[in-house]
Amino acid sequence: MDLSSIDPVVLMASVIVASTPILLAALGELVVERAGVLNLGVEGMMITGAICGFAIAVNTGSPLLGFAAAAAGGAALSLLFALLTQFALANQVASGLALTLFGLGLSALLGQGYVGVKPPPTAALDFGPLTDLPVLGRVLFSHDLMVYVALGLVAAVWGFLRFSRAGLILRAVGESHDAAHALGYKVVRVRVLAIVFGGACAGLGGAYISLARVPQWTEGMTAGAGWIALALVVFASWKAGRVLLGAWLFGGVSVLQLNLQAAGAQFPVASLGWITLAACAAYLGYVLWQRQEISGRTRVILGVTAFAGAAFSYWRQGVYVPFQVEYLSMSPYLITIVVLVIMSFDKSRAPGSLGRIFHASQ
Amino acid sequence: MLRLEHRPQPSARWTWLAPPLAVLITMIAGGALFAALGKNPVDTIRTIFWDPLFGEFAFYYRPQLLVKAAPLILIAIGLSLGFRAGIWNIGAEGQYIVGAITGAGAGLAFYPLDAWFIFPLMILAGALGGFLWAMIPAVLRARFGTNEILVSLMLVYVAEQLLAKMALGLLRNPEGRGFPGSRNLQQYAPAHNAEIIANTGIHWGVLAAFIAVIFAYILLARHVLGYQIKLTGQAPRAARFAGVNTERLVFICLGLSGALAGLAGMFEVAGPAGQISIEFNVGYGFTAIIVAFLGRLHPLGIQLAGLLMALTYIGGEAAESSLQLPAAAIQVFQGMLLFFLLAVDVLSNFRLRLSRTEAA
Repeated sequence: MDLSSIDPVVLMASVIVASTPILLAALGELVVERAGVLNLGVEGMMITGAICGFAIAVNTGSPLLGFAAAAAGGAALSLLFALLTQFALANQVASGLALTLFGLGLSALLGQGYVGVKPPPTAALDFGPLTDLPVLGRVLFSHDLMVYVALGLVAAVWGFLRFSRAGLILRAVGESHDAAHALGYKVVRVRVLAIVFGGACAGLGGAYISLARVPQWTEGMTAGAGWIALALVVFASWKAGRVLLGAWLFGGVSVLQLNLQAAGAQFPVASLGWITLAACAAYLGYVLWQRQEISGRTRVILGVTAFAGAAFSYWRQGVYVPFQVEYLSMSPYLITIVVLVIMSFDKSRAPGSLGRIFHASQ
Repeated sequence: MLRLEHRPQPSARWTWLAPPLAVLITMIAGGALFAALGKNPVDTIRTIFWDPLFGEFAFYYRPQLLVKAAPLILIAIGLSLGFRAGIWNIGAEGQYIVGAITGAGAGLAFYPLDAWFIFPLMILAGALGGFLWAMIPAVLRARFGTNEILVSLMLVYVAEQLLAKMALGLLRNPEGRGFPGSRNLQQYAPAHNAEIIANTGIHWGVLAAFIAVIFAYILLARHVLGYQIKLTGQAPRAARFAGVNTERLVFICLGLSGALAGLAGMFEVAGPAGQISIEFNVGYGFTAIIVAFLGRLHPLGIQLAGLLMALTYIGGEAAESSLQLPAAAIQVFQGMLLFFLLAVDVLSNFRLRLSRTEAA
């Protein structure tokens, strides 16, 4: 197996690029959810942003204008969601899905003439001598503007939620809209603003895929990035700093699997057994730590599974098979599921009014 | 000032008036969209909604209507049970794909044997495949409280990769000269989901869809399980006090919808599609979400909504060939329909009141 072709410095640099779209989208959704609104339309807003940004960038020759248009496109679409959920008081889950389905169709329609077109390149910022630093220069100071915008936004959202009065109001609205309403805060206004901010962020994230990361336009090119961003918010326990960590984790997984595909790496079959064994041990550890009762049936299932895992590893020891492209491509989604499962043990953090409909008469 | 007043009970009249009204508004908005694309809106709407049913080539389109509606109705019936109970299975597309893979796999395993039991076995395998795929989010939700929306959705992308792997690997036609895609089941009689009555479009999947509608109706109207589903959706706390086993309900709702989606996939691959290929799935699992809502999560409504949605598919294809309407325009149209439906729905839960601004 030849892994020497993977340069760790280049890998880290590309992780930062790969994590930017989901980071942007997840930050936006974080603010929306902290205001107590669950917008499942991230995927639709991202792909709409992707095509809006792409079209404007191609037509004007300016990636910056493209990103502005992407933010505007995402925000415009999110306004539809705001209209449905805040004024027509529709179910948020259904409305979010509607937004995604509509956005996917709309983007395909808008993107008709843009398949195979090359967008204007998004230039890297000039940091002068900083770029020439060993390792750090390549990892941190070799990117385009949006990467730094995303990182700046992490700090801004964190500071806003933690230190500002407006952030406090937003959190209050999200935790208990009735209490916030009783205190005289405009629940609907706060939520609409949050939704629009989330839409703009998702649009930016989408445009980063079509203008910088890939750069081209294909139908459905976000390929679930919006859903991963939603999972990221859960993973981050609704905290801005942890969204960054999570985005790097997911960016890392997707970059790593692409690199493994390219390097033609071999997969040690025995590791499947070890993973099974480790999962059983982790579950047992959790149960013991929580001092939960464990039923006899569960005990048997756990024991048999762990034993099967160990036996499998022993049986397939030293056997390697080439990684299959399709299975590697599954990995970001599978890891998202695993992370969701782990995070679901922590139930305390979701904003209290998340997903509930607010109407002043109730 | 326009003001919303909460109705004590959702208005029965508006519950049933909302979908037709939403369809009407969508036609108007869609007409505007088609006009913006440079097509004659009246012509386009007629090509989509009228010609396939009553036009010159209706004899060709009418059977197609049932062929397209069957998977939509099958999937939407399953989804509606969960949606009613607040269990959101968004990954029907994935269960549909896996059902097609297992169903086709079971049939192809016996190639070229000619035996009566192959097709029934495929039906079982397809349902089981979709069921097991849906059991992943079900187990995770029931055991760990993991969000089933995100898990089931993620599994769609996993299933798509699995489909590609199967089309290129395990299920690839050994006599296909290396092209991706399995053997064509239409040419393997014991596994072919043929029309029951020739030239009507009625294949076994259409029959299954009708049966599913009837069963779902009985379940919801007459069976205690249906009562529990409705109760859990409307008042989760009351349901728990009444002794409803929520965990069991998660398994039942996700399992049933998975099995029905798997069935739909199996009937599709063994009939109209014919083979497992990379581009086998066309988004029925997602469109079925629109069908379920448009049909008010009610079996009979879903049947009508499924037929209507099938009409937009067929009419869209017709408009694509005769008027060069882009395929994506129909997707936008379908998306708009759900939007307007959700918006119009406000009328069934609230009363619009014209009022002067009161002094607070």
